[in-house]
Amino acid sequence: MAVKLPIFMDANSTTPVDPRVVEAMLPYFTEKFGHPGSRNHPFGWEAEAAMDRGREQLARLIGARDPKELVFTSGGTEADNLAIKGVVEMYREKGNHIVTTAVEPRSVLDPCQRLEKQGVAVTYLPVDPAGLVDVDAVRRAITDKTILISIMFANNEIGTIQSVAEIGKLAKERGILFHTDATEAVGKIPVDVEKMGVDLLSCTAHKIYGPKGIGALYVRRRGPRVRIASQIDGGGHERGARSGTVPVALAVAFGKAAELCREVMADEAAHLARLRDRLQDRILSAVDEAYLNGHPERRLPHVLNISFAYVEGESVLMGLNREVALSSGSACTSATLEPSYVIQALGVGADLAHSSIRYGLHRFTTEEEVDYVADRTVEVVRRLREMSPLYELAKEGVDLKSIQWKAE
Amino acid sequence: MAYSDKVIDHYNNPRNVGSFAKETPGLGTGLVGAPECGDVMKLQIKVNLDTGVIEDAKFKTFGCGSAIASSSLATEWLKGRSVGDALQIKNTDIVNELKLPPVKIHCSVLAEDAIKAAIADFQEKWAVRPAETVAER
Repeated sequence: MAVKLPIFMDANSTTPVDPRVVEAMLPYFTEKFGHPGSRNHPFGWEAEAAMDRGREQLARLIGARDPKELVFTSGGTEADNLAIKGVVEMYREKGNHIVTTAVEPRSVLDPCQRLEKQGVAVTYLPVDPAGLVDVDAVRRAITDKTILISIMFANNEIGTIQSVAEIGKLAKERGILFHTDATEAVGKIPVDVEKMGVDLLSCTAHKIYGPKGIGALYVRRRGPRVRIASQIDGGGHERGARSGTVPVALAVAFGKAAELCREVMADEAAHLARLRDRLQDRILSAVDEAYLNGHPERRLPHVLNISFAYVEGESVLMGLNREVALSSGSACTSATLEPSYVIQALGVGADLAHSSIRYGLHRFTTEEEVDYVADRTVEVVRRLREMSPLYELAKEGVDLKSIQWKAE
Repeated sequence: MAYSDKVIDHYNNPRNVGSFAKETPGLGTGLVGAPECGDVMKLQIKVNLDTGVIEDAKFKTFGCGSAIASSSLATEWLKGRSVGDALQIKNTDIVNELKLPPVKIHCSVLAEDAIKAAIADFQEKWAVRPAETVAER
């Protein structure tokens, strides 16, 4: 069967919306368009009921005891901001120290950096070469001023899954709140805020086959009751935690997407892991000096990240971008002109960070697509190596580290 | 980011990729950039020792599409020029020809550096100073 081009294999940026999700949400734009805050007429009642059904579906997916523990936001970034800034503001009298990691998404790191300017102390823990945070390092980083641990569930670039339950247990023992950005993990692997001791959790619809524009923050209500200071003030929606009219159609879609993920998760994860491994094997068996980034086992089933030594990532993407959508940790593809800080945190060196390519598989990825992408990647990498001075030097036996590079 | 047609053309059909044999008479090699920065260019010229004219040029580049295109274009422009003329190639000429966006200007700077490094290497190795003689002629 011929594959249809271009192939989308960048599902850690976003996912296509499942047609069943679109179907579920559409009536809430037209005939069921009411405001969920309208308490005195059926349009409002209908909207509120639909919004709360979405909340329930999402609560079930993450193991929340009570749907009221979920606050709808505009997305994962806002959820992270609300969690971190909201906790720091609310618990200021208790302490002013946050423990996080060097590989968090920007939506965690940037709020932390802003808070640092306001006098909050932040510890950014390193990760091991597979991207894992050492739980003992978390333990050692805790001080009597620590009010929050914010460590992502699974990494969006390399897929490494952190020891969330252990960190949750540690946080409980020390009476510190635990936030996790789970935007990449929710819907893909089992996430259970009760079993894992999570107090705050960020997630977003568009990574789970829902639409862009809605996310949620889980805020624990019992054991302990977590309080957050709202960051957007207004009509007091979402129990005062986040003002602004909830986009009901998107909440319905988020809920439907969550329900579908919960139903298919076990099969889908196994299927995607098999396809991912096929992609990985096909590439690594054909290309020398290609290195897997991330943990070989403790990894999300739909993520593959490989550094191809001696070729630069953007040039690989350029060779493929008419046929395949991928992403790279190369500086040339980032807004900051720095190579991926996540890959660099693995200690592989900036050169291999520039050479990293991320493959993000999704619900609709086929085996034919996987084979096509693998074969085309191999072709492009080989072609680029033929024009790489680094590959030539390495093949001549020159140690690249021995050269005095004349950098700008 | 969209690439200009010329960048795409040089990326898909790079001109003069390769390396000269090390003992080639009149050879000058420039190796600039750094792997950690994501850009390394190797640019080589083969100069006719009698006339001071660059008879051939080759490149190999580790870098993004714009870096590959900049060095590919540089080899095209070098061929047939005197060494003195080659020193007149400016990075802005490359920017204009390839329509490089501001974030890619460093690729053109690197290409200019590579040209200068190759010429300096040639002059050092082959002792003659055709750049001066040709330029003064």
